[in-house]
Amino acid sequence: MAAEPVARSGTERTFVTPEGVDLRLNIGEAGQRAAAFLLDAAIIIGVLIAFTIIALLMGIGAAAGGGRQGAEIVAVIWLLVFFVLRNFYFTGFELSAAAATPGKRVMGLRVASRDGGRLKAESVFARNALRELEVFLPLSLLISRAGQGVDAWMYLLALVWAGIFVFFPLFNKDRLRAGDLVGGTWVVRTPKRKLTRDMADDGSERLAAYDFTSAQIDAYGAKELHVLETVLRQRDRNTMKAVAERIADKIDWSRTDDRDYDFLSAYYAALRGRLEQRLLMGVRRRDKHDI
Amino acid sequence: MTDVRPAQLLKSQRFRQQREGDWRRLEQLMTKAEAGSASKLTDEEILAIPVLYRSTLSALSVARETSLDRGLVEYLETLSARAYFFVYGSRATLQDRLTSFFRNDWPNAVRGLWRETLISTALMLLGAAVAAWLVLHEPEWFYAFVPGELAGGRDPAASTETLRSTLDGSDGSGGLSVFAAFLFTHNAQVAILAFALGFALCLPTGMLILYNGATLGAFVALFASRGLGVEVGGWLLIHGVTELFAVILAGAAGFRIGWAVAFPGQKRRLDAAVEAGRTAAIVMGGVVVMLFFAGLLEGFGRQLIVHTGLRYGVAAFTALVWAAYFYFPRREARLGR
Repeated sequence: MAAEPVARSGTERTFVTPEGVDLRLNIGEAGQRAAAFLLDAAIIIGVLIAFTIIALLMGIGAAAGGGRQGAEIVAVIWLLVFFVLRNFYFTGFELSAAAATPGKRVMGLRVASRDGGRLKAESVFARNALRELEVFLPLSLLISRAGQGVDAWMYLLALVWAGIFVFFPLFNKDRLRAGDLVGGTWVVRTPKRKLTRDMADDGSERLAAYDFTSAQIDAYGAKELHVLETVLRQRDRNTMKAVAERIADKIDWSRTDDRDYDFLSAYYAALRGRLEQRLLMGVRRRDKHDI
Repeated sequence: MTDVRPAQLLKSQRFRQQREGDWRRLEQLMTKAEAGSASKLTDEEILAIPVLYRSTLSALSVARETSLDRGLVEYLETLSARAYFFVYGSRATLQDRLTSFFRNDWPNAVRGLWRETLISTALMLLGAAVAAWLVLHEPEWFYAFVPGELAGGRDPAASTETLRSTLDGSDGSGGLSVFAAFLFTHNAQVAILAFALGFALCLPTGMLILYNGATLGAFVALFASRGLGVEVGGWLLIHGVTELFAVILAGAAGFRIGWAVAFPGQKRRLDAAVEAGRTAAIVMGGVVVMLFFAGLLEGFGRQLIVHTGLRYGVAAFTALVWAAYFYFPRREARLGR
């Protein structure tokens, strides 16, 4: 089809499955990504604090009971847990079936391979190893204090340099981190939708009571049909009244004292029938101006 | 279909009514699979998912071209995406992954990086040579290369006797495991940083490797100037063979990425980066394992084995093991996926 059937939103990207169907995934926006990261960071820090307190208590207990050896084991465990959390929290969760850390899951995001294939372990490892450059290096720079004179300038330079990697996702349209770039991944939204009622079900029952002429049905295109679908789903009394009057006016339909909903759903069914019929012939009418 | 006057129904409505059952079944299976692990699904359900996925996907293509029910198209899009990620998600068990990693992926990736490994080694040697030369001529340079906390009193101001005593492992055998864990986590962090810095076009990685070599060179030069060259060699190499090799590989992995980003050649820059990233990441996964061993050797081995000859023996043995593991020709040269 020459014309794009649906107006693409800014975050929609072509994502072709091996079967050749474009899933039209939406990439995660910078704000969602940042929120997911902050959530994960909060979880990591929370776990670390809780673990430190437990380790301290255990260490005191062990020192009192088993002497030095017990305390030593506690210290080793603490060091290893800190290391694992820092380096493998993200990798571990993203290797799971959900391909998302808890933070990403809350935000409805997941990691996917950009080429439409399987998400490989090495991709996940690469994308998260680069966090060292994007998160920890700038953080350690922030913590270290700037000196005087030349040192201060060097510090400023280093900050700017580190900032490039922190704000990397803002400079490309797919919101790729440096890690995504190297790993061949991106972060996409995975919303869940319920199958909603087909609004034509009501309409085709009521359509018998209405006999729209074909000129009346031809007044609108797909865009208006979708607006009408939304109106019918929301079923707000005032909106329906206004829309029904608008349509009746446009198509010269003299309304009796029928209910707005009946009229609208019948017209919806008629319009959709007509547009879909033309669609089968290869003609997609985008809106009322598209003849 | 009952007496709903089929003629009144739109084609897209009938299309939906006929397939709705399948979609709901798939949705239900997806909810089940996403909630827990895939192991909760029965064999029958696992077999059903790819079939349902493909029929849903083809329904999506049809619906996009023939139906104007937007709710339906959006539902099918999200359902297909969910099922896609399940069907094409990775389902290798951890054990399979580890087996293939240690048997093929890691050694292959390391061998693939031989050029970068040579460069990385050369840089480290260069750093070591320059620092050693400087320290031998002017001991004050030592402080420029070795950070205070790493030296721990082993500096030019210390007497030869003090220096000798730091090498024999008698400086307290307690806290070995803490020491080992600290060394492992610290070194692994440095290695991962060296890798990540590669993305910034190689130079920072190169500097880090040079600096690492310089620290090493200054250290050896200090001991050599007091006639302790052989002893310090054993002290360093017992774990150093593993550790330095791991750091060199981390640098090599960083170089591969930086080089691919800077000079992608015939490929698109993004593709080159992805390809380099995969190889480099495999190498890095292994580097962490190597550093774990190095930490054990440094924390326990070095403190418990105090005889210099034995230390050299262990060093030679580890060198042999790594060389054979990475570079010895394999019987089955399986192709990487």
